[in-house]
Formats: sequence, C-alpha cells, structure tokens
Amino acid sequence: MSELFYDAAPNATRVAPERPKPRTYPAKPAEVTLFGTCVVDLFFPEAGLDAIRLLEREGIRVHFPQAQSCCGQPAWTSGYVNEAREVARAQLNLLDNGMPVVVPSGSCAGMFRQHYQEVFAEEPDTLERVESLAERTFELTEFLLHVCKVDWQDLGQPTQIALHTSCSARREMNTHLHARELLGKLSNVQRLDHDHESECCGFGGTFSVRMPEVSGAMVLDKTRSLRESGAAEMVTADGGCLLNINGSLEKQQQAFRGRHLASFLWERVSGEVTP
Amino acid sequence: MSQRIPIKELTDSFRGRAVGALADDQLRTNFRVAMDSLMKKRADAFPDEDEREGLRELGNHIKARALSRLPDLLEQLEAKLTDNGVKVHWAETTEEANRIVHSIIEAKKGAQVVKGKSMVSEEMEMNDYLAERNIECLESDMGEYIVQLDGEKPSHIIMPAIHKNRFQVSKLFHDKLGVEETEDVNELIQIGRRTLRQKFLEADVGVSGVNFAIAETGTLLLVENEGNGRMSTTAPPVHIAVTGIEKVVENLRDVVPLLSLLTRSALGQPITTYVNMISGPRKADELDGPEEVHLVLLDNGRSGAFADAQLRQTLNCIRCGACMNHCPVYTRVGGHTYGEVYPGPIGKIITPHMVGLHKVPDHPSASSLCGACGEVCPVKIPIPEMLQRLRQENVKSPAEQPKVKDGGAKYSRKERAIWRFWARLNTSPVFYRLFLWGATRLRKLAPKNVGPWTENHSAPVPARRSLHDLAKAHLNQGDR
Repeated sequence: MSELFYDAAPNATRVAPERPKPRTYPAKPAEVTLFGTCVVDLFFPEAGLDAIRLLEREGIRVHFPQAQSCCGQPAWTSGYVNEAREVARAQLNLLDNGMPVVVPSGSCAGMFRQHYQEVFAEEPDTLERVESLAERTFELTEFLLHVCKVDWQDLGQPTQIALHTSCSARREMNTHLHARELLGKLSNVQRLDHDHESECCGFGGTFSVRMPEVSGAMVLDKTRSLRESGAAEMVTADGGCLLNINGSLEKQQQAFRGRHLASFLWERVSGEVTP
Repeated sequence: MSQRIPIKELTDSFRGRAVGALADDQLRTNFRVAMDSLMKKRADAFPDEDEREGLRELGNHIKARALSRLPDLLEQLEAKLTDNGVKVHWAETTEEANRIVHSIIEAKKGAQVVKGKSMVSEEMEMNDYLAERNIECLESDMGEYIVQLDGEKPSHIIMPAIHKNRFQVSKLFHDKLGVEETEDVNELIQIGRRTLRQKFLEADVGVSGVNFAIAETGTLLLVENEGNGRMSTTAPPVHIAVTGIEKVVENLRDVVPLLSLLTRSALGQPITTYVNMISGPRKADELDGPEEVHLVLLDNGRSGAFADAQLRQTLNCIRCGACMNHCPVYTRVGGHTYGEVYPGPIGKIITPHMVGLHKVPDHPSASSLCGACGEVCPVKIPIPEMLQRLRQENVKSPAEQPKVKDGGAKYSRKERAIWRFWARLNTSPVFYRLFLWGATRLRKLAPKNVGPWTENHSAPVPARRSLHDLAKAHLNQGDR
C-alpha cells in the first residue's frame, strides 16, 4: 500500500478528494434471506420475528435458513482469526445464493459488509464471494428505508423515544441516519436526543467481560442519559447493545427499558401491541 | 465497585489501575469536563466537513509517502542538518539516547537543563536518568512543570496535567513552592513563570522535542503555546532536540497541511502561538541562539512497527491527542491507568512496539472498538484495525511466531480451547440447534452468576423459544 503513495503529488492541493459515493440500492426484491444473528436468536427472538413480519408486509418472501448460526464477530474481535474464519465460512457458504441478506443488527451486518474482507484476506479465491455477500447485505432499517421505501401509517399512540445505535455500525454504515429517517415516518413518534448520544454503551463484545469495571462505568452513564432524556423507552437495532443496556437497567432495578427497533416498528405499523 | 475484584492481583495491571481511577470522582469529573471541552473545540475548528475530510486524506497520504521512503528521508535529513551545523545522533534504545544526551551535557560540564515539552524525553525517562547523574532537568511547559513538581507522569500527551483542576494545582504550589493558595488561574501561571524565568537564563543546556523534522531543508519544527519552547531552544548555549524517527517529512510544503491538522485536532487552534523552525546553531553574525544544536533520533521499537505493512500506519501519528480526547475509555480512566508514557488509543497501539506486549498485555483488549478514535485521527490511522491486529498477535502461541515484540502475551490453551469449542458449535448446524434447544428449554436453569457480566447486569435468561424455532413455525419452511 505504501508503494501506492510513493508517487503521490508532493504538493497535492487542499481540494477534497472524491468522497465515497453513497450506496446505490436495488429495486425491492421478491425474496430475501434473514440472518437472525446469535444474540437475537437466543435473547430477542420476537424481534427477529417482527423483522420477518415487517418484510412480509412489504410483499417480500422471507427465507430463514435453519443452518445459520453466528457471523463470527466474537472470535474475530478477540483475535482468534482461525476460529472466526471457520464460522464465517459456514455462513458464507450458506448465504452464497445471490439473494439479498437482511440483518436485524448493525454490527453483524457490518461484519458481513466490512470485516469478512479482512477475515478472508489471505484467501483471494474466496474474496469474490465475500464481495458478493457484502453487496447483498443490508441492515434491517437501511433495507426498509432505501430498498422497500416503506410508506407507513402510524397506528400507535403518541410517544417519545430515545434511539441508540451500535457505534461501530453507525461509523461503518450510518445506521443512525437510517433509523432516524425511518422513525421520522411515524407521525406519533417523537425522537428525543440524549446526552453523549454517539458515545459507546460499553458493550464491545468480550470487552464487557474483560474490562467489566470500565464497561460498567460506560453502561451506567449510558443508561443514565437515556433515562434523563425524557423518553418513555429506548429503541435500538443492535442486539449486543440491547443486551448490555437492558441487563444493566434490570440490575439497577430501573423501570426504563430498551426494545429492539423491529418490535417497536411492527407495533406501530400493525397496531398489534406485543405483550 | 473496588471491593468486587481481588485487587491484590490487579493493582499492577490496566484493570487494577482502572478500578482505582473509576473510584476517584474528582478525577473522573476533571477528565469528563476537559474532554468534552476539547471535543467541542475540535468540532468548532473544522466547520466544513468536506474540507476536514479532504485535509485528513491529504495528511494520511503525506505521512504514508514519507514512511514509504523513511530510510532515504532520514539520511537526507542527517545530511542536510549536518550541512547546517547540527550534530545528528542515532539511538536504537532509550538507554542509548540518554547516554548520548548525558555525554553532550557532560562535555559542556553542564549541571542544569531546562526542557520544553517532549514526549520522547518522557519515553526516555530523561529526567530520572540525568538526576541520577546530578544534573537537574527542569520542565518548562506549565503542565509538565506541574506534574514534575508533584512527582507524577503526564496523563495526556498534549496536556500533561489535565487530570488536575485549578484547586489541586493551587494546593500543590502552596505545598511545594510555599506560595499563598489562589484559585486565579492567571496568578497560578504567573507563579510558574516567575520560577521558570530565572532557570532559562541559568541553564547550561536546553532540551526540546520535535513536531516535524523536514528532510529537504534540514529543519526542526516545534509548536507550542507558552514560549517556553523558544526559550529552551534559544537561551541556553546548547540545544538538544530529541525525536522519534517517524517525525521526518519530505519538505516544507508537506508541513502546511500537517500543521493545520495538528493544531486544529489537538486544541481547536488555527495555529499555535509559537511555531519554531530551527535549522542550525547561531551563525557568526547573529546575536542570539545556541552555539551548538544536536538532534537525537530515537528508534525504540518504531522500526518493529515499520517492518509490518499494516502496523506501519501506527507511525503516521503526529501526536495531536484527538484520539484520547474522544475515547470513552480514556475519558473514564484517565492517562495514568495506561501505566506507560503514551496513554489513550494511540498509546494502546504504539506502546506494544516500544515495551513489548508482555509489559502491556491488556492494552489491545482495553477497548470496545467503538471507533471514535479512528474517526477523528487527523492522519487516518485505522486505530480499531490496529487494535484488532494486536489482539491477534497477543493470543498467538509461540509456534505461531507472533510478529509484534513479545507477542503471545495472552496466549492461553484454555481460552484457545473455548474458542475451538465455540467454532465447532457455530459450524455444526445440528450441534448449534441442539444448543438452542437446551438453552431455551432449560432457561430456568441459566446460571445466576455469569462471572464479570453479572457484576454490571442481571443474569441473562434465554427466550422461551429461539428465533430458529419461531421462524420455522412462522414461515413453515421446514429444515433446510
């Protein structure tokens, strides 16, 4: 890479280089695969089902391959490359059918879109398939907004909510902008800002157990600012953050809770109130 | 919070020091307030997003280009500086660098040194080295002066005493200098200035760092806001500059964007109050300036990072401190928790090359990989990617030949076995579904104590039915 810059013009001007073009979106497909993610699978399965319902509502047939498991992120961020690659390969093989893949979790979608290229960096033969998966992967809110171009009627009562987005996902994929715009389509929902909104909730996968005191201080601050925002509840499209934030709130014996965005959205547009 | 873990084993670790820092409310307030203010200053200094991103891209290119021909540039720098009358010294280790500095001072029979702010001199622990040889080395940067007075180390690379508020400084001055306590910041600064003024005139040698070493002209560029850098480099008869080998850039044109990135990212300043450009000692017809100028170029593990194409990007760093200002971990635990000279995200990725991973085994993992650091880095070092790579090197077995100094510091057969098991679980659909079945059906038996997780959270209870089950029933698609 360094060779690349060797001949860079020594007096390059201050003219901004071309910014990466915004992602171009395909027309709404007839069918998609849902990659549920391991955290949603085990702890928030209703949110996964609500994501399926939201997609079906747009006339899309949803496939859920039963052989799916985890995207490989926990091992990858812990430095266990071989283990991460094995698990990633299993998902890559499973999803290698050209169908769009919708993921109800920003950081897992980010794993497909950004990090599989690093995971398989030493396998040039695999990279083509990795690139194909990256192109076909959409985080749920992004898919609903830009591919389905949803037009919703809000059937819920007026409410105020706070939005939290996984920080890696917001930085890698602008998930916060997608979620905000989507929430903006709901006439009775008011989104309230909270203090240090863009700051990490302290989850970070294994960081939360390797550095529990630092992580604990972060989630304590995050839950406080969420509660003090005046919102009735928090919504997020990231399972890991939700597990972290709700687990902390419960430990603190606070009544305030977070909810997966898919469940919140389904409730608003279907009029069904989830128990 | 501090009672919950066995402090005994942890005191001398990142985690142990973090526990102490987190329990110090004053410290946490000092950092939060200061970092919030610095984040705002940076944001205000870059009102135009396109200009900012263009400049960062340019900064990245300039540093990458310079690093791509680092050996050539260093030779060119040495030749040019020598032509200009500056004596250039090379040091592979901090010990060597200290010996060089000491021998220069000794040759002049110097006893008093006054120093402008330099993180490389901190890296060398120059003050201690010289003190052991009966040479007084006084810090002249106000922040450095404060921490030196208190027998501490800097907690931030730009603002060494940022962990203290004015009341704490006032008390320190009262205790150490015998002056009356005052909460007036200007008065506190005046007290420091008066003490330092005399020292500049008395010093035998001035020491400084370098922000950019310019190969084409043989110029050492130094930025500062207090004038102490200019005093340290001009008043004493000998000036010794110390710097890392990665500070060299090709030419003066390259410096313009880098300087703009540095000062705006660090303190939100369009430019620093002083920009010193030193190209040689006093000439025959000049009235002031040092009679001798030396430059010590220090490696101290940098060439190890340089050798690896990916990790080389670590050396892009221009030491602005924006990564720590924006880091949620640094903001909560402060600089001293890192236990080494360079704190924060940049400290986590550069220190392993200097001291080896055995000495800082927790550095790579003490991050949630949130990416705030990489987002603000003026030279676009992909800091999370560097951390990620260091984590990989950190868990390698000796047979896997880690590529970073003392790699494999966190290698553990037990942990490897757990991840092997995890991989097996997640690559075998039958095994994984069996696991889901067990976890959901036996959810009531989920452990109430899940190690460190349950210190901050209630115990996680699996759902009644997994998404695999719910989706299968809903979609009626059967096993595929």
